[in-house]
Amino acid sequence: MKMLNVSSSPHVRDKDNTRSIMMDVCIAMLPTTAYGVVQFGISALLVIIVTVAAAVLSEYIWEKALHKPLTIYDFSAVVTGLILALNMPPQIPLWIPALGSVFAIIVAKQLFGGIGQNFMNPALAGRCFLIISCAKFMNNFSSASLGFDSTTGATPLAVMKSAVKAGTSATQDVNLMQMFIGRIPGTIGEVSAIALLIGGAYLLWRKVITWQIPVIYILTTAVFVFIFGEHSMNYVLAQVLGGGLIFGAFFMATDYVSTPITPKGQIVYAVLIGCLTGLFRIFGTGAEGVSYSIIIGNMVSPLIETATLPVAFGKEAKKK
Amino acid sequence: MHTYMYRKEGSSMGLATFKGGVHPYEGKELAENSAIRTLKPTSGEIVLSMSQHLGAPAKPIVKVGDRVLVGQKIAEPGGFISACVISSVSGTVKKIEPRQMPAGGKMLSVVIDNDGLYEAVEGFGAERDYTKLTKQEIRDIVKECGVVGMGGAGFPNNVKLTPRDESKIDHVIVNAAECEPYITCDYRLMLEEPEKLIGGVKIMLQLFENAKGVIAIENNKPQAIAKLREMLKDEPRMEVCECLTKYPEGGERSLIYAVTGRSINSGVLPADAGCIVDNVSTVIAIYDAVALSTPTVERVMTVSGDAVTEPSNLRYRIGMNCKDLIEAAGGFKQDPEKVISGGPMMGFAMYSLDATTTKTSSALTCLTHDEVAANAETPCIRCGRCVSACPEFLVPVLMMNECQKRNPEGFENLEGMECIECGSCAYVCPARRPLTQAFKQMKREVGGIRRARAAAAKAKADKEKAEKEAAEKAAAGKGEEKK
Repeated sequence: MKMLNVSSSPHVRDKDNTRSIMMDVCIAMLPTTAYGVVQFGISALLVIIVTVAAAVLSEYIWEKALHKPLTIYDFSAVVTGLILALNMPPQIPLWIPALGSVFAIIVAKQLFGGIGQNFMNPALAGRCFLIISCAKFMNNFSSASLGFDSTTGATPLAVMKSAVKAGTSATQDVNLMQMFIGRIPGTIGEVSAIALLIGGAYLLWRKVITWQIPVIYILTTAVFVFIFGEHSMNYVLAQVLGGGLIFGAFFMATDYVSTPITPKGQIVYAVLIGCLTGLFRIFGTGAEGVSYSIIIGNMVSPLIETATLPVAFGKEAKKK
Repeated sequence: MHTYMYRKEGSSMGLATFKGGVHPYEGKELAENSAIRTLKPTSGEIVLSMSQHLGAPAKPIVKVGDRVLVGQKIAEPGGFISACVISSVSGTVKKIEPRQMPAGGKMLSVVIDNDGLYEAVEGFGAERDYTKLTKQEIRDIVKECGVVGMGGAGFPNNVKLTPRDESKIDHVIVNAAECEPYITCDYRLMLEEPEKLIGGVKIMLQLFENAKGVIAIENNKPQAIAKLREMLKDEPRMEVCECLTKYPEGGERSLIYAVTGRSINSGVLPADAGCIVDNVSTVIAIYDAVALSTPTVERVMTVSGDAVTEPSNLRYRIGMNCKDLIEAAGGFKQDPEKVISGGPMMGFAMYSLDATTTKTSSALTCLTHDEVAANAETPCIRCGRCVSACPEFLVPVLMMNECQKRNPEGFENLEGMECIECGSCAYVCPARRPLTQAFKQMKREVGGIRRARAAAAKAKADKEKAEKEAAEKAAAGKGEEKK
């Protein structure tokens, strides 16, 4: 008989590993990806392929060049690329998302030490980089090829924002059912609430994420816009369904690395980004606010985490 | 009817449990239906370690060449927290030398050449009416019979049964959770010898008048729950508490919380929370000792795992070799990659099967596939699963950072010393980081620092005291001179 293996306990391991988790995230994004491709056509598919490929390739080249262990097989670069792609307008010139992928992987992820070390969500960092540097392309949702009604190129949130500015009812030109299904202009992956909710449900079922961050984030935003925006149910629902809120809540705000790890901290974080999103959407110049809110949330996460460390079992009485 | 309803979870429907924990593959089906078989070797060596318990090693009181009998005390406690060692066979003392232990390392052991006659000391096995014994007599018998906690820690039982204030004990809890995967020995004992278990609890209740006896069983053992509930229906002071099947339900602190709702930390003894906790094998050992004049000379072990031909529950003489136990279970049907003394969550991997058994050897788990070796470590992705899994509400990911920085102070500040080394965090970690291993190491280091600190403080206090006394003496001397 060969030598027996010796190691410290425990001697068994759960089935889930980093790769299976990342693959689950990819699977969860499939419904909205498919919807985006069906609705926006071949250009959307090209954006997705190029963005994901650029992300994986950046990681591969960086790690090869620096003789680091290769991590492309853990699927984390695929997740980053896919999230970034789904955040792109469907008609964007392909070099822009490719540039975003390079920024996300090299600057936001690898320069900080690779997987697990990035202090902000790499895909979001890439997106914000592009919004600042290529604003013209990133905010252009007009498309002649979309072929459904009222395609003015303005997203429902932008329509509502200009209606408020003009002093008319914010929700007169939005159709909630169309927003729920996704028959609206927007980025490739953010438009269909139903497809996103299916993906979110999958993540919850697979226990990749817990309900706290997405649910509290969306609820906080809803309450905030109800208080400070128009006091109507239609307005609140349009705010929830519109823009990247549902996509952000399930797929970006739940990023493991850049959110607090403590249960209480996650609640604080979700409330914070919910308020920020409401703030940016109502009082900001743009109609959107999800990406910046989450990025700011990412940056204060370490502070939130330190302030919300749990009390060890059996030490509650002592601390009180 | 059932008052134990702490931490109701969606699926648990009022079952007693704790927060956190994990659900590893149970593997109980391999051995749970195999009735206990008794092994009585008729020749060969019996190796009785002097360190089968927590605390100071025992001191041998026999010499090489002495003839010993079954039930004869061959070693005395080496301190207050220590235990006697009893010969499990009759034969001649062949050697007294360090021998291989199942949990690694070598320990001084008395090696007996088994003559196979099983000649016992006088009175061995005699029935005794325990209701006529005084509390002190019961405690003395438990001590003389070398009864220790058989769940793994091996805490000397007479010490456990002697709390500071016995009137404050309101719960005698039988730890029948058996939450470690694969192990089924306590389950078989509950099915096959429930009257002994109940007798053992009665003896314990005799020591603690204000207590009720609670047998806490995980709900993956419905037969044991039904059987004991039926037998206890007319016992006013005893009941069965059905617990949710979750690891580590049988951890002492988790179980006390599940049954009583009381949370204790590492600085509090179960007795301070009004609880005495012993597992099934231990309570039966108490019964054997007190009611049947039978010291701890044998116990039941589960030999299981996918490498074993015939997964079994075996009653064996303490000091038998692990190899013989595996042979008794039909040997290996496939070569194991790993053999664990104990269960897969907290047991010790053995590099060789040639090791003795002790009072705490509850299982040999033989696995054809070593999941640890097959899963290389990758970087932490901060998924937080370790935080949700920790039954002590710690933050393993941050504790690990302190371990990697070699910062004992940071580790202590994160309450790392509260870690019970249950392995839940390392089990769930998708990055396969050796969290529990690092914590064990760091806890040892911090323990050393704490002891050094305490010693330094004591030395300082002693020195100050000596100086003060010297000064007082000098002052007194001066005073006298003045006179």
